[in-house]
Amino acid sequence: MEILKMSKLNRKELISLREKIKKEFSSKAENGDTKIIIGVGTCGVAAGARETESAFIDELKLQNISNTTVISETGCMGLCHVEPTIEVMVPGMPPVIYGNVDEKTAREIVKSHILEKTVVDKNVFDKPAADIVYEDGSVSDYKQYRIVLRNCGIIDPEKIDEYIARDGYMALEKAVFEMTGDEIINEMKISELRGRGGAGFPTWMKWNFTKQVKEESKYIVCNADEGDPGAYMDRSTLEGDPHSILEAMTIAGYSINSKKGYIYIRAEYPLAIERLKIAMKQSRELGLLGDNILGSNFSFDIEIRLGAGAFVCGEETALLESIEGERGMPNPRPPFPAVKGVWGEPTIINNVETWASIPVIINKGGEWFSNIGTEDTKGTKVFALTGKVKNSGLVEVPMGTTLREIIYDIGGGIPNGKEFKAVQTGGPSGGVITKEYLDTPIDYKSLQELGSIMGSGGMIVLDEDDCMVDVSKFYLGFTIDESCGKCSPCRVGGRALFNILEKITSGNGVIEDLDKLRNIGATMQKASLCGLGQTSPNPILSTLKYFEEEYVAHILDKKCVAKKCKALITFEVIPEACTGCTLCALKCPVKTISGARKEVHFINQDACIKCGECFDVCNFDAILIK
Amino acid sequence: MSVTSVEEIKFSDELISFIGNWKNQPGNLIMILHKVQEEFSYIPRAAAKKVSEMLNVPMSKIYGVLTFYHYFKLEKPGKHNIQVCMGTACYLKGGEDLIDELENILGIGVNQVTDDGKFSIEAVRCVGCCGLAPVVVIGGKVFGKLTKKKLPEVLENYKDK
Repeated sequence: MEILKMSKLNRKELISLREKIKKEFSSKAENGDTKIIIGVGTCGVAAGARETESAFIDELKLQNISNTTVISETGCMGLCHVEPTIEVMVPGMPPVIYGNVDEKTAREIVKSHILEKTVVDKNVFDKPAADIVYEDGSVSDYKQYRIVLRNCGIIDPEKIDEYIARDGYMALEKAVFEMTGDEIINEMKISELRGRGGAGFPTWMKWNFTKQVKEESKYIVCNADEGDPGAYMDRSTLEGDPHSILEAMTIAGYSINSKKGYIYIRAEYPLAIERLKIAMKQSRELGLLGDNILGSNFSFDIEIRLGAGAFVCGEETALLESIEGERGMPNPRPPFPAVKGVWGEPTIINNVETWASIPVIINKGGEWFSNIGTEDTKGTKVFALTGKVKNSGLVEVPMGTTLREIIYDIGGGIPNGKEFKAVQTGGPSGGVITKEYLDTPIDYKSLQELGSIMGSGGMIVLDEDDCMVDVSKFYLGFTIDESCGKCSPCRVGGRALFNILEKITSGNGVIEDLDKLRNIGATMQKASLCGLGQTSPNPILSTLKYFEEEYVAHILDKKCVAKKCKALITFEVIPEACTGCTLCALKCPVKTISGARKEVHFINQDACIKCGECFDVCNFDAILIK
Repeated sequence: MSVTSVEEIKFSDELISFIGNWKNQPGNLIMILHKVQEEFSYIPRAAAKKVSEMLNVPMSKIYGVLTFYHYFKLEKPGKHNIQVCMGTACYLKGGEDLIDELENILGIGVNQVTDDGKFSIEAVRCVGCCGLAPVVVIGGKVFGKLTKKKLPEVLENYKDK
């Protein structure tokens, strides 16, 4: 954008720049230009957003309306199940969000929606969320409120002017020129914001501890090592709104007089890294990062450090080792990072979602924030709703929303007419919650009481086809692979638990194994050095609590009710249904199905490898899994 | 007398200047190894040796870091490394079936390379596209909502590349 002369701004210049951009944007809207916004987060691109974009450009040219139509890009809108998603704004018509927009639909939208002013009904999706809670705290019709994701799906993350136009860097300006460090921390205290990385520690206390320590250099760290398999809230936030993280870290830097911050981010998130780099360059050019921010005496800069695929590095002491270029092994706490962090200096570590909430808290005040949520937990939480649910995607809801509202009202329930079995929260550190607790209002305390945890925000819905023993084994397989090996409760205990689960799922379990699982699990919870080991038995212990009968069925009846554990199932031909078409015999990779054409076939169990190919190919539903 | 049998390896000018810029910064090792892997698609032993000399860091330490982090590879992957996501959502929706089928089609196991060096299979942790589960990533391109049946079609695009 040319109005950005790309030179360092002082406070006054930032304010007038913001007004200028706002005016320009609103005059553009009045001018009658049509706008097409395309979601280009990782999911969008994977689903073909780039091809969709080219189709739009091409069709607009063909129809000769490319000079009155603006195409822009944005981050994740949260509707992951219908990517690519786009939003169309035609003057005089309400904005419309379309999902599943392939190249053909893109061309259709240009012809029908933009030219003939007729909405393409089959691809219309509801706006997922209210942008933000109303000023007076009142409730909108939407189940979702967007504080963390306020700009995701709205602004172009690669354009700083769009961030500034939505009050970006206003909180930084307010903090640096109108507040002292203590006042900022006090505002955080009033907000009652708790760390969104999983543990829920009050954010203001971390800041305050760090501020209290008498040291010359202090550091600010953003933990973007989102390792929970099945969670991508942080990736979407960074891809969709990178400036909000930079702004928040700079505010924290000012509050404790730190000069340097690090963003520790997974190397597996190339798009998020790219957008952060662009954002950092832009804010340096405008004097929002670097020396003498906005003409003040305060200087602060941020550096990116890449993770390299180690789940344990999400643990803060391990993360610090990794920033320092070492093997990411955790250390005992105390000393806490607030006292001894990066390079042995006091350090504030918060996760992406926590950081993203902070500019809003500074702008609107801690009290405004603390009005949202429950007695125990304030504000909103972003969840990556996935698994066996119709509308998987990113949702942001106020604390106190029930699981039922998330899974059924927002998520649309379970697909394919299957039965809901449980919902898993907290990933490899969490547990399952069953049907009878679906109406529990979510906060840190209530989930913990149910034997699960909030975690970072992975929420995975399981249906009748999912075996609880198998799911536990999946998580444990993950944590033993990720265990750093430093302490023996985690290193040895995890392996022992895994071996028992392996024994049970292969049909060799004995009933005493259940007590062993509980004993080893309890020991690991108490004796492991870091959060990884302390929480890794949780998936087992919580499934044992709610689904003990499934474990027992595996052990005593040698049955897997979900028909997932291969050693415990058999494939058989239903004679009445078999037409003798020979397809299964042809497809069987080990040629263990016999039978002549037009005669009932037979599966020889001794050689069957239980690959399920016969079940998949049979056109007559004549294969039974027992 | 030197008995090292490690071959000399050539770093690009870009890599050399990158290492030069990072050389005196504390905690530089992981960042530099990332750059090396970006250039070679894995960390050849000779490259690790060269980094060790350039930074004056013992090989043992570099080996320790390389083997700690899953992201770093010590073996050369296939020209097209097929990353199958084994995050929770993908696992529940059949990620394991995709691995089985790839093993069938290509005749190699996980972390192995086909004889012609074209393909390798890798099981990776969540790539963050859970809404599209199960997914496979080849050369940075994400293929979502995959099934066993669709795999041959996906591979076809890479056979002659």
